[in-house]
Amino acid sequence: MRNKISALLFGTAMALSVASIASADDKVVKIGVLSDQSGLYADLAGPGSTLAAQMAIEDSGLKAKGWTIDLISGDHQNKPDIGTTIARQWFDVDKVDTIVDVPNSGVALAVNNVVKEKNGVYINSGAATSDLTNAQCTPNTVHWTYDTYMLAHATGQALVKAGGDTWFFLTADYAFGAALERDTTAVVTANGGKVVGGVKHPLNTADFSSFLLQAQASKAKIIGLANAGGDTTNSIKQAAEFGIVKGGQKLAALLLFLTDVKAIGLETAQGLNFTETFYWDLNDNTRAFSKRFSEKMKSGAPPTMVQAGVYAGLLHYFKALDALGGNPHDGAKVVAKMKTIPTDDPLFGKGEVEANGRVTHDAYLFEVKKPSESKGPWDFYKLVGTVPGNQAFTPLDKSTCALLKK
Amino acid sequence: MQALYAQLLVGLINGSFYALLSLGLAVIFGMLNIINFAHGALYMMGAFVAYFLLNLGGINYWWALLIAPVVVGVFGMILERTMLQWLAGLDHLYGLLLTFGIALIVQGVFQNYFGSSGLPYSIPDQLKGGVNLGFMFLPVYRGWVVIFSLVVCLATWFLIEKTQLGAYLRAATENPTLVRAFGINVPRMITLTYGLGVGLAALAGVLSAPINQVRPLMGADLIIVVFAVVVIGGMGSIMGSIITGFALGVIEGLTKYFYPEASNTVVFVLMVVVLLVKPTGLTGRAA
Repeated sequence: MRNKISALLFGTAMALSVASIASADDKVVKIGVLSDQSGLYADLAGPGSTLAAQMAIEDSGLKAKGWTIDLISGDHQNKPDIGTTIARQWFDVDKVDTIVDVPNSGVALAVNNVVKEKNGVYINSGAATSDLTNAQCTPNTVHWTYDTYMLAHATGQALVKAGGDTWFFLTADYAFGAALERDTTAVVTANGGKVVGGVKHPLNTADFSSFLLQAQASKAKIIGLANAGGDTTNSIKQAAEFGIVKGGQKLAALLLFLTDVKAIGLETAQGLNFTETFYWDLNDNTRAFSKRFSEKMKSGAPPTMVQAGVYAGLLHYFKALDALGGNPHDGAKVVAKMKTIPTDDPLFGKGEVEANGRVTHDAYLFEVKKPSESKGPWDFYKLVGTVPGNQAFTPLDKSTCALLKK
Repeated sequence: MQALYAQLLVGLINGSFYALLSLGLAVIFGMLNIINFAHGALYMMGAFVAYFLLNLGGINYWWALLIAPVVVGVFGMILERTMLQWLAGLDHLYGLLLTFGIALIVQGVFQNYFGSSGLPYSIPDQLKGGVNLGFMFLPVYRGWVVIFSLVVCLATWFLIEKTQLGAYLRAATENPTLVRAFGINVPRMITLTYGLGVGLAALAGVLSAPINQVRPLMGADLIIVVFAVVVIGGMGSIMGSIITGFALGVIEGLTKYFYPEASNTVVFVLMVVVLLVKPTGLTGRAA
C-alpha cells in the first residue's frame, strides 16, 4: 500500500514537472486556414488567405523570438458538415490551436461551435454574419474585417438618406443572406424607408432574370443585393441587361469584393456604391503590402479585404502570443489577451477587439470608377466617405452577446 | 398575369440552354452509347474560347459562334480518338467515369489559371438594348438566344432523323458490322458525331458567355440539371431532349415566381416522378 502511494506521488510529481517544463518552453503554435479553396468564394479568400497568413507569420517576428509556427490549410467546400469535420480533425489529430478566415456564414457559424467546444482560437475574416458577435458569440471568437451590421448601416443608411426609401431584396437563401437582409431592413425602416418585397434565391444561381423581373415589377427605388461572390456579379450583370438601372431603379450591392468588380468589368459596374474596410490603393501602407502580396499571387491579384483581414487578425494574435510569452493552447485565455491590446496594423489602422469579439476599424464607402478613370488593371475604386470604427459596428449596448451580461 | 407571361418567356430563354446541351448529350448517348459527363467542361471551354478570341485575337462574337464550336469539337474528337473509342462495348460506367475524370481535369486546369470568379464578356453591340413588350422588358440578346438555339436544335434533329447521313448514323448504332459491310467508315462517323455533340455544347457556351460569367465552374453547375433533363426526356431521344429542355426551362421559371426557394430542386423532383412512372423517360423507348 505504502509503495503504491509513493509510486502515485512520484508519478504525479513527474507529470507536474514535465508539464511545467512544457509550459516554460512551449512556443509551438499551429494555425489552420479554413476556406473555400475552389468554389465561388475562392478568389476573394481561398489561396490568397493562406498567402496572407504566411506573410503574417513572416512579418510577426515571432520566429526570431524562438516560436515555431506551423500553417496548414483546408477546403470546406461551402458545406458546414465538411467545415466542422475538418475543424474537429484539426483540433483532435493535428493539434491545431487557431482557425482563421472561414468565409461563408453557414460554415462559419458551425465552426464557431467547434472552436468553442475545443477551446481554440477563432479569427474569422471571411464570414459576414453579425451573429458571430451577437447571439452566437463565444469567448474564443474574434471577428475581423466586416459584418452584416456594418454593411447594412454604411451602405443602407447612405442610400436611404440619398432618397432611396423603398427597397426590394434579392437574398441568398442561407444564414448570410438572411442576416444581411434582416440588418439592412432594420436600417431602412429606422431611417423612414420601407421594404416593399423580396425574393430568396438558392446559393450559386446562374440566372437571375426571373428574380430581376420581380424586382423590376415591384417599382422599388433600390434593389438590395443581399448576396455575395458569383451571385452578386451575375445579378449586377443581368440587371444591366434588363435595363433596370436605366429604368431608374438603383442597385445596392450590399457586399461587393474587389474580385467581383474585376469579374463584372468596369463597363457594367461603374457607379455602384458599396462599403469595404480595405482597399489596396488606400494609402502607402496598403500599397506596400499589396505590392508584396500580388508579387506572390499566381494571378498577380492584389489582396481583397478578407485576405487583408486574415493578415491583420493574425498579426494581432501574434502580439497577444508575444505578450503571453508562451503556452498558447488555452484559446479563451489567448483571446482574452487579444481583447486587452488595442489593435494597430498597417492595413486597418487603429481599433480594438471589443468584449463580444468584434474588431472595430474604419469602414469606407466606395464608388466604382468609370472605365476612363481607371489607370491600371486593378484601379477600380473612388473613396467617397469614411465611417469611423466606433460608429461602423454594432454598439456594445445593442449587442445581444451573452458575454456582455455580467 | 403580366408577370406570369414574363416568367414564361424567361423560362424559355433558360430552356434554350438546357435544350442545346441536352441535345448534344442525347446525340452522343444515342449514337455512341457514352454518358458524356465532360459535357459541362466542354461547354465552359466554348465560353473561354470566345473570351480568348475576343481578348487575344480581337475576333468578335459572331466569329466566335463559328470558331469556338469547331475548336472545341476538334478537341472532343481528339478525346474520342485517343481515349473514348477504347471503351466501346464496355459497360456505360466506364465511359461515365472517364468523361467525369476528364471534366475534373479540364476544370481544374482552367481554375488554376483563371481563378473562380470569372472573366467579363460583353454583349455584342448589334444585340445590345432591349424591347418593351408591354408585359416585360426583353433584352434583345435573350431573344436572339431563344431563336438561334431553336434553329440549331431543329437543324440537328433534321440532320439526324431526315437525311441520308443521319440514316447511316442511326444504322451504325443499330448494327455497326453490317453498316461497315456497305463500305462506310463507322469509326470515323462516330468520331464526327462526338465532335458534333461537343460542338453543340461549345456553342451553348459562347451563347451564355455574355449572360453569365465566363467561369471554370459554369459547366459544373449546369451539367447536373442537364442530365436530369436528358433522363426526363428519355436517354438518346433527339426530339425528346429538345422539347424537355425548353419545357423544363419554363417549369423552372414558374417555380422561381411561385416558390423561388425550390427553383433549383424542381427539376430533380420531376426527374424522380418521371423515373417512377415511366423509367425510360417521357419519349424514350425501352432498350
